[in-house]
Amino acid sequence: MGFFRNYLRGKEIIMRMFIYAFSVLFLLFCLFSCWVGKKRGEDISSRNQTRFADLGELHQPAPVFPHDDAVDLSSSSMFSLKSGNATAVSHNLSYATALNTSIVPVEIATTGAGCLDTGQYMYQKGTGFGSSLGNGQSIETWGDSGMAENSQQTDTSTDVDADDKNQLYGVQHGTAVIVESVDQSKGKTGDRKTLRRLAQNREAARKSRLRKKAYVQQLENSRHRLTQLEQELQRARQQGFFIASGFSGDHGHSITGNEAFAFDLDYSRWLDEHHRLINDLRTAMNSHMSDDELRLLVDGVMAHYDEIFRLKSNGAKADVFHMLSGMWKTPAERCFMWLGGFRSSELLKILGNHLEPLTDQQLMGICNLQQSSQQAEDALSQGMEALQQSLVDTLSSTSLGPAGSGNVADYMGQMAIAMGKLATLENFLHQADLLRQQTLQQMHRILTTRQAARALLVVSDYTSRLRALSSLWLARPRD
Amino acid sequence: MHQTESWGSYMQPRTSLGDPLERIARLASENAVVIFSISSCCMCHAIKRLFCGMGVNPTVYELDEDPRGKEMERALMRLLGGSSAVPVVFIGGKLVGAMDRVMASHINGSLVPLLKEAGALWL
Repeated sequence: MGFFRNYLRGKEIIMRMFIYAFSVLFLLFCLFSCWVGKKRGEDISSRNQTRFADLGELHQPAPVFPHDDAVDLSSSSMFSLKSGNATAVSHNLSYATALNTSIVPVEIATTGAGCLDTGQYMYQKGTGFGSSLGNGQSIETWGDSGMAENSQQTDTSTDVDADDKNQLYGVQHGTAVIVESVDQSKGKTGDRKTLRRLAQNREAARKSRLRKKAYVQQLENSRHRLTQLEQELQRARQQGFFIASGFSGDHGHSITGNEAFAFDLDYSRWLDEHHRLINDLRTAMNSHMSDDELRLLVDGVMAHYDEIFRLKSNGAKADVFHMLSGMWKTPAERCFMWLGGFRSSELLKILGNHLEPLTDQQLMGICNLQQSSQQAEDALSQGMEALQQSLVDTLSSTSLGPAGSGNVADYMGQMAIAMGKLATLENFLHQADLLRQQTLQQMHRILTTRQAARALLVVSDYTSRLRALSSLWLARPRD
Repeated sequence: MHQTESWGSYMQPRTSLGDPLERIARLASENAVVIFSISSCCMCHAIKRLFCGMGVNPTVYELDEDPRGKEMERALMRLLGGSSAVPVVFIGGKLVGAMDRVMASHINGSLVPLLKEAGALWL
C-alpha cells in the first residue's frame, strides 16, 4: 500500500511536471492562436475569458452553448460541489469523442460519488462528452488524455484554446487540466464556425467582385484595342493596301470578320443609345410634356434612325453578306427579316390601331403609305428573285468542251459575270434600307408629334419584345 | 400617233448621227412612262415589276438590244451622275430618276399623281 502511495506520489510529481511543460507549450500555442483569431476579427475569446474567469462560474458557458447547457450546468454544479477539491477540473462543454471511452470509465472508477454522477451524466450524454476529473489516480490517464487533448485541441478552434489558457491560469493550483472535447468546441465554435464561414464568404465575394472587375476592365481594353485595329485596317485597305480576300480563305475570313464585328459593335452601341432615347420619349409622354419639347425628342429619335441606316450602308460596302445574313440581329428578328432589316409594310401593321384617332386625311395617307411600301417591297423582292435566278443560270451553265484552256476561260468568264451580279446585291440592300428609311420619314410627316411619339414607342416595344422572345426561346428548358 | 410615226421615220436619219441624249429625250416623250433598261439587270427587273404592280404599263427600251445602246448608256450615266445608267424612268417626258428616286417619290406619295397626270393611271 505504502509503496503504491509512494509510487503514485512520484508519478504524480512527474506527471505534474509533464503537465506543466505541456501547459506552457499549450499556452504558447493558445497565445498564438488567440492572436490569429483576433486578427480574424473574432471576439469570442473575450467572451470565453469572462466565462472562465472563475471555476465557480462554470455555469456561464451555458448560455453560449445551448445544446450543451443542461449537461454543462449539471457538471458545473457538480464541480462547484467539489470545489474544494484541489483536483477539480473545470471543463469546457465540448469533449473529444476519443477521450470519452478512455476517460469516463476511469473517472467513474476513481472519483467520488459526485464525480461518478458527473461521469455518468457525461457518459449518458454520449459521444459529445468525455471529461477528466482531477484526481490523484486519474492524473495518469488524465495526463495522457491531456496530451491527447492537446493534440486534439490544436485541431479544433483556436479560440477555445485561448479559453483553456485562461482557465489554466485562473483555476490551476494543481492539476487542473482543461479538457476540451469536440463537442464543446462544436458548441462554442458552432457560432464561431458560422461567423468564420460568413467572414470567409464575405472575403470570397469581395475577391470575386474584384476579379470580375478586373476581367471586365480587361475586356473593355481589348475591345478598345480591337476597334483601333479595325480602324487601322480599314485605313490601310482604303489606301490600296492589297490584303488577300476571298480566295485565300483564312485571310479573307479574318478581315471580313473584323469588319462584320465592327458593325456588330456599332450596332450594339446604336441600340443602347436608341433605348435611351426611347425611354426619354416614354417618360416625356407620360409626363405630358408640351408638344414642342416632345417634337425635339421625336426628331432626335428619327435622326438616330438615320444614323443606323448610315452605319448599315457602310457595313454593306464592307461586307454585304454579313448585313444580309442578319447575324447582328437576334434569331427571332433574323427569321422574320427581309433584305437585311424589317419589312416597311410590317411597320404600319404593327402600328395598327395605336395611332387612333386619325383624321381622314391622315387615314388616307397611312393607307397610301401601306400600299406603296408593300408594292415597293414586292418589287425589290422580285428583283432579288431575278438576281438569284440569273446567278443560278450563270453558275450552273455547263460549258462542256474539250478539256484545256477553253474551259478555264469559260469558267473565268462565267465567274466574272457572277461577280458582277453579286455586286448588285449591295444595291438591293441599299434600296431596301432606303425604303425603310423613307417609310419611317413619311410616317413622321403624316402623323402629329404626339402620334409620331406613340408610333415610335410602339415600334420600339415590338422590337424589344421580339428580341426578348428570342432570348426566352434560347433559354427554354429542353426535354 | 400615225403622224409622229411618219415624222419619226423621216427624222430618223438625222437623229442617228445626233446626240444620244436627244434620242433619249425623244423616246421619253413618246410615251407616258418610259424605262431605259438592260435585259440582264435585276434592278431594272425590279422597277418594271413595281410599275406593273401599280397597274401601269411602261414602255421599256432594252439598251443592250439597241444598236446605239452603248452610247445612250454612256449618256445616261453622265445625266444621272451615278455609277449605273440603268434603270432610269421618264414620266410624261420628264426625268424622274433611278430606282431610289422612283421609290422615294412613290413612298412620299408624289409618284401616283405624276402618273395620273401623265395619263398612265386612271384609278
